[in-house]
Amino acid sequence: MQSVGQAGNNVDKEISLLVKQAITEGVPLRLRGGDTKAFYGRASEGQPLELRGHNGIVSYEPSELVVTARAGTSLAELESALAEHGQMLGFEPPHFAEGATVGGAIACGLSGPRRPYAGSVRDFVLGTRIINGRGELLRFGGQVMKNVAGYDISRLVVGALGTLGVIVEVSMKVLPIPAREETVRISMLCSQAIEQMNEWAGQPIPISGTCHHDGTLYVRVSGSVKGVEAAIGRLDGELIDEGAAFWHSVKEHRHAFFADDRSQWRISVPQAAPPLPLDGEWLIEWGGGQRWLKSDAQAVVIRKQVEAVGGHATLFRGGDRSDEVFHPLPPGLFNLHRNLKNAFDPQRIFNPGRLYREL
Amino acid sequence: MAQTAERAPAGVDRGTLGRMLRQWLPETAVLDHPEQLRPYECDGLSAYRKLPLVVVLPDTIEQVQTVMRYCASQQIPVVARGAGTGLSGGALPLENGVLLSLTKFNRILDVDLLNRTARVQPGVRNLAISEAVSASGFYYAPDPSSQIACSIGGNVAENAGGLHCLKYGLTVHNILKLQVVTVEGDLVTVGADSLDAAGYDLLALMTGSEGMLGIIVEITVRLLPKPASAKLIMASFDDIEKAGNAVGNIIATGIIPGGLEMMDNLATRATEDFVHAGYDVDAAAILFCELDGTPEEVSDDIEQVQKVLEESGCTDMRIAQDEQQRQLFWSGRKAAFPAAGRLSPDYYCIDGTIPRKKIGYVLTRIAEMGQEYGLRIANVFHAGDGNLHPLILYDGNQPGELERTEELGGKILELSVEVGGTITGEHGVGVEKINQMCVQFDKSELSQFHALKAAFDPNNLLNPGKAVPTLSRCAEFGAMHVHKGELKFPELERF
Repeated sequence: MQSVGQAGNNVDKEISLLVKQAITEGVPLRLRGGDTKAFYGRASEGQPLELRGHNGIVSYEPSELVVTARAGTSLAELESALAEHGQMLGFEPPHFAEGATVGGAIACGLSGPRRPYAGSVRDFVLGTRIINGRGELLRFGGQVMKNVAGYDISRLVVGALGTLGVIVEVSMKVLPIPAREETVRISMLCSQAIEQMNEWAGQPIPISGTCHHDGTLYVRVSGSVKGVEAAIGRLDGELIDEGAAFWHSVKEHRHAFFADDRSQWRISVPQAAPPLPLDGEWLIEWGGGQRWLKSDAQAVVIRKQVEAVGGHATLFRGGDRSDEVFHPLPPGLFNLHRNLKNAFDPQRIFNPGRLYREL
Repeated sequence: MAQTAERAPAGVDRGTLGRMLRQWLPETAVLDHPEQLRPYECDGLSAYRKLPLVVVLPDTIEQVQTVMRYCASQQIPVVARGAGTGLSGGALPLENGVLLSLTKFNRILDVDLLNRTARVQPGVRNLAISEAVSASGFYYAPDPSSQIACSIGGNVAENAGGLHCLKYGLTVHNILKLQVVTVEGDLVTVGADSLDAAGYDLLALMTGSEGMLGIIVEITVRLLPKPASAKLIMASFDDIEKAGNAVGNIIATGIIPGGLEMMDNLATRATEDFVHAGYDVDAAAILFCELDGTPEEVSDDIEQVQKVLEESGCTDMRIAQDEQQRQLFWSGRKAAFPAAGRLSPDYYCIDGTIPRKKIGYVLTRIAEMGQEYGLRIANVFHAGDGNLHPLILYDGNQPGELERTEELGGKILELSVEVGGTITGEHGVGVEKINQMCVQFDKSELSQFHALKAAFDPNNLLNPGKAVPTLSRCAEFGAMHVHKGELKFPELERF
């Protein structure tokens, strides 16, 4: 096992040397942060490259709304540093277990309940430093909100599951924690809830989270004190006390729905798409845009239904991890993926096969 | 010039190429007479001009595919063009290439109000999208200054911004899906109607790629509900650094204003003469802060912002009393470029972005540099996101003044990079800032850009020579020059 120790600039070089060594020896690497999302993606073999040691917040100026952290920084540590200044990561990344790192959150590209209303992981990424498959340390983007110099490689590496390079540092835009946040509960059928969530999203109501499960719709509103009060009035639901705990359970998959042995699918569809005719149990988030399905149905059956409404399906947990878990791409598009992989990692050193078998 | 244009290096002459393309395109969709080509010789950066070999104006995706297939087979370079309003020369034609104009792709194909999306062709004007959905209470958020004329396809190619980026994001945050014709003429879908797509985030990669990776032939944009209420505060400061700090202090309260803009004294006086908005012409700097949201949110926020501005030492503060006054207050800020044009025979615009905390330092340094070079500089900028537009005033008829201006512009961009910023916030690299790319990126980073480009376009046929310099090129600096008001599209607001 390879690991890096002390935080600091030398560590970048240390990682770069380990990568170069792996290239010379032709040894694939399995990039590892907190190892909290190892289940995600395809099973991938490789010598672990431990990145947790490369940690620490490099710079944080609350008035800039920007934070820069090394990839091994613990997500919990970063979030509490932001909270001290009344700020947060707007995309609410799931940790899934203790020890989740910033680099892992960026590489996996998973966002929480606020995503449709505030933006996704990549929406908040402003710059990255990565090590490519030639062992070169590269810096893209920066610490400013607007930057159109060069191709947007900082956002390209988000959700690439480490297959394009080792993320060593990331700069992100942060958001103020809303002055007030409340959750209401309304009894509603699934189809009606999907329509209602989308109608509300088309009105100036400060909604920051939506979830429908088992005949109940949960809606979170965030903003100024008076703004939230007015919004609660418009939604006309039952105010609940344990709102924060509820959204935490949904984000972290601790909600009872997720305790199940069946395969868990993440279904991403246009938000207003009606309920899909697939066997299984559903939990719907993101105004209908992200739907969790527990089902024993065949992958091909699920994917066909999802594709028909313009979405894609990921085998999130369980099932056969040696087969493709992400939605297969059309040949033309996949060709571009293959070329991109070659452009960044020509020897397929980084997480080979984790995203797609061929990448 | 005509001679070199007639005989292209690739060995295809204008007449032959025109004839070939007319096999597949309507007669009127192929332009190959020099006088027909003249309107296409430059974009909004009129200092750079070249006559293309041929201009094509396809109006179906199949025609675009056919043109690309033919050009790829003959190794003929292709430059895509939208409305031609770009400020960095991204649509500058090549003398040996085809200029592919997308202006005929001007239809809004579908509006889905429940999903809050619109499917549009690339030649649709930015503002036309908002106009089409306005009655239903929606709009398309990115609002570049040229929005009445610029096309949505060009916006995607440049990742266009505007006045409301801090809160509502850039183009990349407001689109969902693209149809792209590759250099070989294949049609691929990038992104999806869902909030994310499988595989690499090619949607983010295509956005701002300046026509280097593919031809965008359809765009699905996100629509937002119009804010129920918007209020504008205008505050005066006797010190520019205090105004800069006020920006940080507002952000520190946890409020994200819809717009946060600033002008220095020279810019304020110039614009006041131009629009008579009642600006405080004695102020060292004026800060504009717009708050939007529900009426309840806006009334909460405005109270807080007023307090912060007072604590930050503002010398005067005014809240626009009605919509008419709000528009009047904004009008000067939006007219800053033409107003600068009245102060001086020529001006030269810089597009650097810096961390907000460096505003005071950078403005002081810019003023010092201006004195060193004996040139006046008016500063207007998107203070909320640190995007600075210093306007260097000069007279191109004075020997040596243009050269000094260029050098000073280069120093300002270097300063932007030095304090942790970037050479371009929203105008793009194009041909204009290609040399400054060498300051911002090192050899291995530029090589990675070239490798990425080759993944899409191995023979370098899409907009070659733009956006990313070759390693051997990395040499000198350039920037946007406007001589005697010869800015193309003078009717457009430039801010």
